[in-house]
Amino acid sequence: MPELKDPNDRRRRPGSSDVHHAKRRKNLALLFALLAFIVLVFFVTMIRMGG
Amino acid sequence: MSDTTLDRATETQEQLRDFVALLKPRVMSLVVFSGLAGLLVAPGSLHPFLAAVAVLCIAVAAGGAGAINMWYDRDIDAVMSRTRARPIVQGRVAPEEALAFGVVLSLFSVMVMGLALNWVAAGLLALANLFYVFVYTVWLKRRTPQNIVIGGAAGAFPPMIGWAAVTGSVSIESLLLFALIFFWTPPHFWALALYRSGDYARAGVPMLPVVAGEGATKRQILLYSLVLLPLAPAPALLGTAGIVYGATALVLGLLFLAGALAVLRAPSGADTDRAAKRLFAFSILYLFLLFALLIVDRGEGLIGGLGLA
Repeated sequence: MPELKDPNDRRRRPGSSDVHHAKRRKNLALLFALLAFIVLVFFVTMIRMGG
Repeated sequence: MSDTTLDRATETQEQLRDFVALLKPRVMSLVVFSGLAGLLVAPGSLHPFLAAVAVLCIAVAAGGAGAINMWYDRDIDAVMSRTRARPIVQGRVAPEEALAFGVVLSLFSVMVMGLALNWVAAGLLALANLFYVFVYTVWLKRRTPQNIVIGGAAGAFPPMIGWAAVTGSVSIESLLLFALIFFWTPPHFWALALYRSGDYARAGVPMLPVVAGEGATKRQILLYSLVLLPLAPAPALLGTAGIVYGATALVLGLLFLAGALAVLRAPSGADTDRAAKRLFAFSILYLFLLFALLIVDRGEGLIGGLGLA
């Protein structure tokens, strides 16, 4: 499980914690899944409309 | 590349592996294969892309059901050695994340099957998933030794779904393919349960060897393999497959029966474990070979070929 970095660490930048990285990874996975779904629906529509 | 970047790449790969594990890929392979067989032996034709979508939907729905099953069974998975390494038990995936993953995959696969293929196939897909989750996982698995007899129906749906994806209907031939997996499931799982009975007993799962004992389980395995013997070649008589399939199915059925007899005759202990392991491994090969032959030898079949139909 990702952990939050020390909030008092001066080198810490916004969005650089493990939690943020884990969240970003999930968002990217979701983006790819949605893009794949759009491509799938596009081709299915083309084939079905083409008879 | 810095150490942090490498760590993150490894972490991403591991997380991906965990989510793939939630889909139960080994179970999925058999589901996909039998679904594909149903799709290929069905009369009629389907655009190759739509056929691929149908198989994808069957695979994703099975994976979704697997993830929901892992979410529900996480308490007993932690007790059994076979399932102890699963990602939820190990704390690598949060239970609610696994549940959401499974539900979303199940819903999307049913929806896509309905929109891309037809709603009969989508309905059967939804029924298979609901049956696996609610009837098998939630209701039967922890309550009765008949859990996999009735619950096994969920795993028998794929060839019927594949068939419905092409034809838009359910027919006697697709019901026969359903029956084939339905009667294959109990001896397959009971063979596993025979040499894993300690595991099931610890987890409190009332599998037949735990509740009724070794002898009763062995007799039930023999009974089901006797039912399978005439059932497996039947598609050749209905014209779904040819004579090569029919003859090989009969030989495979006899080998299955021999394996069941070996289990029955084996003395209790290590000999039974060995015979049960052999039967379990053979049962997987048996189903793969049957459906592979069904695909290769699909066609008129014995009766149609002789002009008797």
